Amino acid sequence: MTDFVQLLVAGISIGSIYALTAIGFVLLWQTSNTINFAQGEFVVLPAFAMVLFLVVLRWPFAIALVATILVSTLLLGWLVKELLVTRLLTMGVLPLVIATIGLSLFIRYSLQQFWTPLALPFPPIFPRVPIRLGTIIISWEEVMNVLLAGLVVGALQLFITRTRLGWAMQAVAQNRTLAAVLGIDVSRLVTLTFVLNAALAAVAAILIAPVYLVKYDIGIGLGLKAFYAAIIGGFNQIRGALLGGLLVGVVETFSAAYISSQFRDAFALLILLAVLLLKPEGLWGVKEEWAS
Amino acid sequence: MIRRFLPLGVLVFCALLPLAFEQYKLYVASLTLVYLILAIGLNLTLGYAGQISLAHAAFMALGSYPVAILGPRGLPFELGLAVGVVLAFGWGLVVGFPALKVKHHYLAMVTLGFNIIAFLVLRNWEGLTGGSFGISGIPRPAWGPINFASDRAYYVYILGWAALVVASAYWLLSSRWGRAFRAIRENELRAAVVGVSLRTYKVMAFAIGAAYAGIGGALFAPLLGYIDPGAYTLDRSIQFLMMVVMGGLGRFEGPFIGAAVVTILPEVLRASEGLYLILYALAVVLMMLFMPKGLVGVWDWLVISSKSRI
Repeated sequence: MTDFVQLLVAGISIGSIYALTAIGFVLLWQTSNTINFAQGEFVVLPAFAMVLFLVVLRWPFAIALVATILVSTLLLGWLVKELLVTRLLTMGVLPLVIATIGLSLFIRYSLQQFWTPLALPFPPIFPRVPIRLGTIIISWEEVMNVLLAGLVVGALQLFITRTRLGWAMQAVAQNRTLAAVLGIDVSRLVTLTFVLNAALAAVAAILIAPVYLVKYDIGIGLGLKAFYAAIIGGFNQIRGALLGGLLVGVVETFSAAYISSQFRDAFALLILLAVLLLKPEGLWGVKEEWAS
Repeated sequence: MIRRFLPLGVLVFCALLPLAFEQYKLYVASLTLVYLILAIGLNLTLGYAGQISLAHAAFMALGSYPVAILGPRGLPFELGLAVGVVLAFGWGLVVGFPALKVKHHYLAMVTLGFNIIAFLVLRNWEGLTGGSFGISGIPRPAWGPINFASDRAYYVYILGWAALVVASAYWLLSSRWGRAFRAIRENELRAAVVGVSLRTYKVMAFAIGAAYAGIGGALFAPLLGYIDPGAYTLDRSIQFLMMVVMGGLGRFEGPFIGAAVVTILPEVLRASEGLYLILYALAVVLMMLFMPKGLVGVWDWLVISSKSRI
């Protein structure tokens, strides 16, 4: 029982980071039909930036944090949107898919080549003293990951449902042409989505950095899990990505502990395949109309 | 007349040229042919039928491992190849089946997942695949007294299969199948309305592409005589994707250009692996932005501008 609870908490903790990554991913898809295959690298790059500011330059934590989010939103949000997406948006889904695959390789191998192929350690953000509840031992890190992720998702949800800009985003997600006709500046909103996604990725990066080490290739696994989470939960809903992320985290943690750690990546994938075959719109998604 | 036979002549010249090469260059030439076969398969699936596949390396593995497992036990190479092609085709049907239900971005994910599972199985099923140590001592094909053990003879053997694959792909694409594939790529709904069976053609486009990957994989195994799971990773699948995209999606000439550029260029540049991957990645992004038709577009442009000059 003790093991079970501890594994559950660990799973939810890592799952909440996957969920953060997946939500941005879903937002991009909704407003701009971008399947961002570089989503994992969108988390890795801010993690490296954080190492640069915090460890190499020895800036205070708060300043390093703000600088990381700034760098991420500028480079991965604004710049990627302006250089890549604006031009490819009109050409359908496939060119963007291939372009983001290229972008992911570019970021990954640039970090490896021009920075380091080794894993960089990252100082713990939260106290290392564990929390004891009877026989159950939980780390501060795990609790704070869940709380912070929850806070960010809550704020995002408020933004989308309560502000004019959020309503405009929903309108663009539902029908881009109609939104444009109604006078919404679609291009500006797509930029906003990219900036939001980059900010979410930066938060995920700061949370994941102490859990994994910071290495150029951790984005492969992260991006995949965000994608699994999005598909399992439902590609067109934020709540779906949230559910999917938590589910992937928990399933992965339990299967690694109880079934086989060698095949830990395979179990989330099996759920994914089952969902695709049985309920393609996702566990908590909404059916999309036929569109090509 | 000249326009028709010039490319063919250039092709024959390029195919026979490596016979004058030695060891390493001959190896690169053989590898290029193997990759050409694989790229033709992916071009069929992605370029013509518009079904994205990121599992091409997994299908390649399905071709390689039967050869690697049966060959050292004294069974003929062609038997291993046949088993591999059947396996690749069968799994192509299985993986292609979700293509009926989901749109291409999901398909990218399903196939990518398949490649990851395939890699995990190859690495962990040690009894059959030798795990991460792989399998060594894979013999090259032999027909009674004639054997293809030398590098040059094996190049000729691969060339024979490549010619067969090119010819069959050409025949397939100019038949009603090719037209159906293109119709589906351009507009599924319209294709279905005019009577193209989406179910049959979508799954078959996938399975046939996979079968070609099986042939390429089978020929790949004896090339070095050693294989391990590291040759069949997701990165390799992405490399095939780059080949097809760089050459020119949905163009018959595409895979020739793509396979040649992606295989030979890094060997010539001799840059470190990381650096050329960066360059490739950049090239893919730039290509999508400014040359979505691939390098074949440059060729077209040269032909057109030379015509208008006359």
